[in-house]
Amino acid sequence: MRWLAGAALLALLVLPPFAGSYPVTLATLIFFYAYLGQAWNILGGYAGQLSAGHAAFVGIGAYATAMLSISWGITPWIGMFAGAAAAGALGGVIGFLGFRFGLRGFYFVLLTVAFAEICRIVALNTEAIGGAVGLYITFTGDPWQFQFQNPRAYYYVALALMLLATAVVWALERSRLGAYLIAIREDEEAAEALGIDAFRCKLYASVLSAFLTGLGGAFYAYYHFSLQPNSLFGIPLSVEIIIRPIVGGSGTLLGPILGSFILSPLAELSRSYFAAAGWSGAHLIVYGGLLIAVVLFLPGGAYPFLARRARQWTGRR
Amino acid sequence: MSLLEVTGLCKRFGGLQAVRDLSLAMAEGEVLGLIGPNGAGKTTAFNLVSGFLRPDAGDVRFTGRSIAGLEPHAVCQAGLARTFQIVRPFPRLPVLDNVKVGALARHPAMAEARARARAVIDRVGLGAKALRPAAELTLAERKRLELARALATEPTLLLLDEVMAGLNPTEAAAMVELIRRINADGVSILLIEHNMRAVMSLSHRIAVLSFGEKIAEGPPAAVAADPRVVDAYLGEAYVHDAEA
Amino acid sequence: MLVGQGLINGLLFGGVYSLMAVGLTLIFGVMRVVNFAHGDMMVWGMYLAFFLSTRLGLDPYASFPLCAGALFVLGFAVQRGLVDRIIDAPHEMQILLMLGVALVLENAALVGFGPDPRRVRSIFSLATVWIGPFFLDVVRLVTFALALALTGLLSLFLFKTDLGRSMRAAADNPYGAAIIGTDVRRVYAVAFGIGAACVGAAGALLAPFYPFQPSVGLSASVTSFNIVIIGGMGSLAGAFLGGLLVATAESLGAVFLSPSLKELVSFSLLVLILLFRPAGLLGRRPA
Repeated sequence: MRWLAGAALLALLVLPPFAGSYPVTLATLIFFYAYLGQAWNILGGYAGQLSAGHAAFVGIGAYATAMLSISWGITPWIGMFAGAAAAGALGGVIGFLGFRFGLRGFYFVLLTVAFAEICRIVALNTEAIGGAVGLYITFTGDPWQFQFQNPRAYYYVALALMLLATAVVWALERSRLGAYLIAIREDEEAAEALGIDAFRCKLYASVLSAFLTGLGGAFYAYYHFSLQPNSLFGIPLSVEIIIRPIVGGSGTLLGPILGSFILSPLAELSRSYFAAAGWSGAHLIVYGGLLIAVVLFLPGGAYPFLARRARQWTGRR
Repeated sequence: MSLLEVTGLCKRFGGLQAVRDLSLAMAEGEVLGLIGPNGAGKTTAFNLVSGFLRPDAGDVRFTGRSIAGLEPHAVCQAGLARTFQIVRPFPRLPVLDNVKVGALARHPAMAEARARARAVIDRVGLGAKALRPAAELTLAERKRLELARALATEPTLLLLDEVMAGLNPTEAAAMVELIRRINADGVSILLIEHNMRAVMSLSHRIAVLSFGEKIAEGPPAAVAADPRVVDAYLGEAYVHDAEA
Repeated sequence: MLVGQGLINGLLFGGVYSLMAVGLTLIFGVMRVVNFAHGDMMVWGMYLAFFLSTRLGLDPYASFPLCAGALFVLGFAVQRGLVDRIIDAPHEMQILLMLGVALVLENAALVGFGPDPRRVRSIFSLATVWIGPFFLDVVRLVTFALALALTGLLSLFLFKTDLGRSMRAAADNPYGAAIIGTDVRRVYAVAFGIGAACVGAAGALLAPFYPFQPSVGLSASVTSFNIVIIGGMGSLAGAFLGGLLVATAESLGAVFLSPSLKELVSFSLLVLILLFRPAGLLGRRPA
């Protein structure tokens, strides 16, 4: 299994010079959304606290990084950490409020949605950051400003992000916090009886997840060069974030990655199919159908199912 | 100085006074049995002592310090662990990982925790099932798992809530032996039980609860003969038989 | 004066909000399922009214029973076909399932009707009535009256009919209800259908108010949750009162702050209620 992953990684690393620009762009998006999904996975998968408002963290990271660069000339390479910190702080606030007041399941989901929507409405109405029109970043192609002429550079940045998030989750899995989060997810009260401060653990997970997601916001800003409150804080982005780990396998290391490799091409395919027929945005029907199918038939996600099959197959050999 | 001192504990749920002015003391190394008819308030008392419920009045002192009103995890950190009446394993995790979570309380390093968990699992006799998911265990095995998990937190005092419930006589006898061994190793035990044979043979002393109040306390034989106890369990008609 | 007008507008609009919320709280009250697709079901009510209006010339105030009926069938089918299979699964699964249904419904509307905003006209559309210094849109008045009537009908159903009583029994104790012979699955499906019918009717009644697009579904869902949480999950009276409250708060918010910030009011209210009184005004907190 390990050498398979290594080989795949090697392939990904050497791909760009040999591939056309479309596959490179697609791969960049796969990696980026896998990154966001992996960041979400920490809170939603391992800690088991479903958040449908993670777009808020992307938005904060994006706007903070962009504003710091536009208004104060701070390079996004530094600004991104400030943005991530701001996102992490919001994650801390949401986590503190939600967990201190014992919100679980549906109530917590709604809290996260409420905060994301509040951010969106505030951003829409704040002229200083562009309001409804949004922010536009002038393309200079200057690497010191986190901009690159060559799309293949973005490929590597996105790949690095995905690997970073996966490394963080890998370390988490092997850490005490990770074991505690999993226990909390399985049975929070039983975990408490074993000395686990569930509130603190969930709070850490929330801050870490938000921080990483916020970091991704900087990439979003300097990849798309245009920031709009409805795109950056809206529920559609939150759906994009959560669907990959859920379909791929929430609470697993490779789930978000697998989910992204399944979903991004699928989204592109259905987007072009529907666009050709004259409809747009309808690829979300496919998302909806997938969510339904996963919940009904593969609640653990694709990765655990495939892993079980693989074990059975290797066991039979 | 007693290990555990409960004084004047009270808890009311709406119109029901579940625990009324309960006072108990336990010495170190002791096994105290807590018995009483269903609804007597035994599990409520456990929940009050272990931090899952906040008392309306009264105090709980453990090794001299007050733990009343502390959060459950803080109570566990202080050295008081509990099991649940209806077992609550982490179903998708293997037995080893279940117990490892407990061991992490005292040994934050994963490798150390895993080693300690192994030791505890072997001690309770679940060694063969260490890598199986907890969901695959039989009830008797789950009870042992629950016990092992709590034991892994290296408690000074272990609260066992009806750990014999649902076990057949062979399994129950094995569990009694296990608990006796654990106590011999230095862990004090407060146990709620309906299995009279088990309670009588294990306990140094027994306290009897009825309708939230303690109605008797003392060595097992004395308690069994106490007319108030017979009355509480079986009704007045049998008190005469007990006295005869 | 403006405040008074805002108050009246809000109260009247609240009738529809109440109808939306009542449907959601019924579904939750009976089977503990949170219908994340609630707003998107409403959108289909709206588009159905639009369809009936443009193709058959039916005024939405005449066609709303048809919309309600169609949505009943949809709700029944969704429950029987999908929700029923995971009724015992962890709540996260239900949330995700209904989210999937929401996505399918919303984007099916997008595919079917396009992204452009649609309008539905009613014969009442431009009529107003003056009471003292305040004017009332006839549309709002009629909507309020109809919503009130429908909610009343629903209460009658729940408290006076056998099926309604079975529903309340199943809500209280599904095992007990099953033991005494209630077909709990059927009751659940009917409850879901009624909940969907309520929101379908609400959609038809709302259609003449402002132009709508498929994306309205999402905000309608969130508004419904707002109301139901404020009023109390599982409480019909709570949903009704909550609807009036939220609509009025939003209306006053538009007066005092600005129209684009009125949603901020309801979201902030939601956060406060979630934190300090999740049971809402009249509800019970689920276990």
